[in-house]
Amino acid sequence: MSIFSSNNSLTARSSLLRRQPGSGPQRPSWDEEPGAATKAGTAVVLAVVVLAVLGPLYTIVLTSFSSQATITQAGGLVLVPGEMSLSAYQQILSGGVVTRAVLVSIGVTATGTALSMVVSVLCAYGLSRPGSFAHTPILFTLLVTMFFSAGIIPAYLLVSGLGLINTYWALILPSCISVFNIIILRGFFMGMDRGILDSARIDGASEWRTLTQIVLPMSKAVTAVIALFYGVGYWNAFFNAVLYINDSSMNPLQVVLRSYVLQGVSVAGQVDVGSGAAAGPALQMAVIVLAMVPILIVYPFVQKHFTKGVMIGAVKG
Amino acid sequence: MSTGTEHQAAPPSAHAVRRMAAPKAAAGRGGNGTDQAAALARPKANLKLRFARDRSLVFMVLPAVVLLGIFAYVPMLGNVVAFQDYSPYIGIPDSPWVGLENFARVFADGDFWLAVKNTLTITAFQLLFFFPIPIALALLLNSLVNPGLRAVIQSVVYLPHFFSWVLVVSVFQQIFGGAGLLNQALRANGWQPVDIMTNPDTFLFLLTSQAVWKDAGWGIIVFLAALSAIDPAQYEAAAVDGAGRWKRMWHVTLPGLRSVIVLLLILRLGDSLTVGFEQMILQRDAVGAQASEVLDTFVYFTGVQNGDWSYAAAAGLVKGVVSLALILAANKIAHVFGESGVYSK
Repeated sequence: MSIFSSNNSLTARSSLLRRQPGSGPQRPSWDEEPGAATKAGTAVVLAVVVLAVLGPLYTIVLTSFSSQATITQAGGLVLVPGEMSLSAYQQILSGGVVTRAVLVSIGVTATGTALSMVVSVLCAYGLSRPGSFAHTPILFTLLVTMFFSAGIIPAYLLVSGLGLINTYWALILPSCISVFNIIILRGFFMGMDRGILDSARIDGASEWRTLTQIVLPMSKAVTAVIALFYGVGYWNAFFNAVLYINDSSMNPLQVVLRSYVLQGVSVAGQVDVGSGAAAGPALQMAVIVLAMVPILIVYPFVQKHFTKGVMIGAVKG
Repeated sequence: MSTGTEHQAAPPSAHAVRRMAAPKAAAGRGGNGTDQAAALARPKANLKLRFARDRSLVFMVLPAVVLLGIFAYVPMLGNVVAFQDYSPYIGIPDSPWVGLENFARVFADGDFWLAVKNTLTITAFQLLFFFPIPIALALLLNSLVNPGLRAVIQSVVYLPHFFSWVLVVSVFQQIFGGAGLLNQALRANGWQPVDIMTNPDTFLFLLTSQAVWKDAGWGIIVFLAALSAIDPAQYEAAAVDGAGRWKRMWHVTLPGLRSVIVLLLILRLGDSLTVGFEQMILQRDAVGAQASEVLDTFVYFTGVQNGDWSYAAAAGLVKGVVSLALILAANKIAHVFGESGVYSK
């Protein structure tokens, strides 16, 4: 049905691959074994790619957990594990700017994601029946915003006109819904088995009940992926905070990350630098790690749904 | 997307693209995508009856429509300040109208044209050096036979897409900055440290490598999907006809990717006035405005920072209108070439 409807061809492919019983996957019989040079080249390139992603993360995480002595000895970033220490985390999480920023980010992300998901799921389901009342004009209204955005200045004037400057709502409401995400969800809902929805209606279920008790439980993969997209959006939001938040005590983690790591504001300045204090690099790295930890935690659970959730949802859009 | 709405701005189009590529293929093969849509379609009765029937559906859509109305459509109206001498103290209703004066000023402004030049240079550069990378990576990954290894590599390369720009720039700062890992190693070996993060001359390369690190992996999703949709029978037939690996790639794989490549290219062209806003803001202090000023940052600094609201709104409006025209034109071109484009005719 589409280039993305990989299901049929994927099964065809894997049955081809499994034609010869034996250990591990096999090449299809017509596909000759690549030469040693090709194999080595592929291996090297892929290894470099993986290293380029994981290498920086490794050294940053390692440095954040290293003791001052190890860092001084390494001359900055640590590549070989030495003496470990949690003092950087103890220092930045014992109250103060970073702690507050972490709490702000968690609060905004949780509230925002919940709100976005409720609004988006409802909207996507409401639009999943072509021919329903006002279906086409509403869909058009949504799609127009993907092609033309008003611009920064009017957006700022609006947020300030609504009195949202220096409120957490300024970090949530302007970016609350993404039409992309709604379209993906809608595509998934439209592709669901018609028979199940029909039998629900025959049994007397209202649309609300169909949505909450039948459609949602069947769409866990795609809703998980969309929730990840929204959650990551809120967690990573930086520019909205720069634009709409002037009160530095309300800054989310990304803004704090910028001031400590990119603008070189001293992290240690906020707490007394005693004997057990961590070195500057460890503190900076610890802030970086805090900014990526939630993503690293959620990612493995949602990642396996990317193909399933997003693709299938996208196919029938 | 210049309002800094992260969900829309951050992934430039990866999932949009997947969605948008669908209709054409669905129509092309007449698969169950269209059948199901047809099955779901509700019969047209008269309006009143339809509203009574679909009341709950309409209520479900309402919150999203209200939010979009306020945060997307009201700002569109707010663009009238571009035709005023707007002052925040007296508000839009009372600010004097000045016609096209602001636009005249914008077009006579060297800084504006510098921003235009930088924007287009960065877009062109990234089109050349960023765009092909996900395709190459996808082909490489696709050639792996071991599905487990493939899955592992895929999940690793997708990861940086979910990091914020602040994080990405911070990571680069730690590796390539003055006190970073690279210079640490250079100094340890008695060489001169190199200046990468603050050098305006190499800023283009820096920007592009950051974008590659963050999003090239994510970009392969769409190509992998297209690759897995190519019928294996085609490869088998080609092999039987004596085509080797390279011939098969040239005559089966690349044609299979054609429509996706064209679509992404068009989307990128239509989006060519928008380049990493946050990325620029974050590194502006380090490399200076001369190299890093793009249209979005120009609007932000003249408007929000310097309070020249009407002037910045005019510049922003020019950008928005030209972007819209570019998208429509690119789509038109796609139709001419027989591709589906972003939306169908």
